[in-house]
Amino acid sequence: MTVLAQALDAAVDTPRVDWLAIAPETVLFGAAVAIVLGRALARRRPLVDEASFLTALVGVVAAGVFTFVQWVVVDGDGPYQAIAGMVAVDGFAVFVRTVVLIATFLGLLLSAGYLRREGLEAPEYHALMLCSATGMMLMASANDLIVVFLALEILSIALYVLVAFDRRRVTSQEAGLKYFLLGSFSSAVLLYGIALVYGGTGTTNLTRIARFLAGTTLLEEGVLLTGLVLMLVGLGFKVAAAPFHMWAPDVYQGSPTPVVSFMGGATKAAAFAAILRVYAGAFELYRVDWRPAVWALAVLSLVVGSVAALVQTDVKRMLAYSSVAHAGYVLIGVQVGNEAGTTAALYYVMAYTLMVFGAFAVVTVVGRRGDRRHELADYRGLAGAQPVLAALLTLFLLAQAGVPLTGGFVAKLSVFDAAVDAGQYWLALVGMLAAAVSAFVYLRIVLAMYAPEDDGPAVAARPVRVDLAAAVALAIAAAGVLFLGLLPDVVLDFARDATQLLAAGGRAGA
Amino acid sequence: MIAALDITPTYYLVVAAALFTIGGVGLLVRRNTLVMFMCIELMLNAANLTFVTFAKALDDIGGQVIVFFTLVVAAAEVAVGLAIIVAIFRRRQDVTADDVSALRG
Repeated sequence: MTVLAQALDAAVDTPRVDWLAIAPETVLFGAAVAIVLGRALARRRPLVDEASFLTALVGVVAAGVFTFVQWVVVDGDGPYQAIAGMVAVDGFAVFVRTVVLIATFLGLLLSAGYLRREGLEAPEYHALMLCSATGMMLMASANDLIVVFLALEILSIALYVLVAFDRRRVTSQEAGLKYFLLGSFSSAVLLYGIALVYGGTGTTNLTRIARFLAGTTLLEEGVLLTGLVLMLVGLGFKVAAAPFHMWAPDVYQGSPTPVVSFMGGATKAAAFAAILRVYAGAFELYRVDWRPAVWALAVLSLVVGSVAALVQTDVKRMLAYSSVAHAGYVLIGVQVGNEAGTTAALYYVMAYTLMVFGAFAVVTVVGRRGDRRHELADYRGLAGAQPVLAALLTLFLLAQAGVPLTGGFVAKLSVFDAAVDAGQYWLALVGMLAAAVSAFVYLRIVLAMYAPEDDGPAVAARPVRVDLAAAVALAIAAAGVLFLGLLPDVVLDFARDATQLLAAGGRAGA
Repeated sequence: MIAALDITPTYYLVVAAALFTIGGVGLLVRRNTLVMFMCIELMLNAANLTFVTFAKALDDIGGQVIVFFTLVVAAAEVAVGLAIIVAIFRRRQDVTADDVSALRG
């Protein structure tokens, strides 16, 4: 059959669209379009800002409701694939979508006060955030490499603009340019990788790839393996895994802080969802080939992330490097590659999203007008002037360090546990050493905050105002981190169910 | 003389790989942001060429459809990327990456 004839055939046979499968994305994107339309049609500015903020919040909540409905369906009838196998509706997607929605909701709350403080109020900000969240949600359920690519671009292109959103700050635009150049570079590498995998397997559908690999012995695997490596590079950029992390410190430092608090966790969650689905799912049979590569990425991220954070004096850069290390911990879970590893990675992503949001939320508030008081010295004596903020930041930093009773502890423990169970002793050891080194970084910030005032000029002594929305967001994040630490079983069970439902979906291959 | 040459899919794949490499190396060595931008386009189109070649070789329409998606994505990227570059250019009348260095690193 010629290609043209095939095209004519295909034109008759359009796939049925299962709207529930893409309902959360549709709602989010619909809210974004509504905001942009409202902005274009309405005349009175102040009302438009408030209306767009409310529309965005309603959109996120509605998407959350649809995600819950999906969970009920998946829990009852089992996972399924929709729209010609392009998207998978399973527990895994629901879990990652929940993480993304939490990050988006908190990010929106935090941004309200920030935008007012910096005089940047614009409905487009909310629309872009929702667009980015749409891409992340889609990525969580992508069951086709092309959907992975499209979702990655939807989330990235909106983020490029968000990072460069602060028009008056040179650093913000520079961060936008750097993120754009390196982000598009990584997208191109990912796309070329997908092209090679398509050449090697004859399809971009993950289920069909898994079936093809199970039923065929490839004599010539060079193209396929090159494709796998290039895809890992592309996705590695997105999760900021060393050695593909160079953009992270600059982008984290330069972009508006609420944007970092949103993208830090949510982008990683989405990209790790794709990594897990592609590598631990579709290419499970090629574990022997990709596990060493992921091992190297994990070790490098852990070492580079925790060591480079030591020498930074800018708090945002410190947290950026520590995010590289955190990517390393999640990669340990990915590397293990079995059910326990995936569960641990999912739980880690959830905990990390809350921890990183909280930390950057406090940094946003403490940064004051101009968003530039981020030197370690600016945190001196913060505890005296702002005891609550200092305590919250301490909580989030200790959680990132992995102190017991916080979500970070359980997250690290489950990752190491999975690694040791799988016999990856070296990986667990490197992880533990990195955790010890990172703890020192976090303690530096905490000690600066609780330093006695006579120790130097108390720069942070002047009180800062925390608006209501940001306070609510901080409270939710803090409660979440403590909840994950004190009652980890609830979310761990959720993650485990999610993993099992993924596995079932992958094998059934609807 | 040339007509006797049998052009197999491998030729196209090699050209695509070469284009991709040129784009990647160009992105790393060139310092003008507009040229870096063009290098990214080159890489995306190398991937497109690979898709089309494999689609032809595998006799599968999927690979050709993907190219349309990629083109749309590339167009969206151009719009956003040029907007950022213009915003910076307005400020400093120059788009050389080395001068964009208010951030360390």
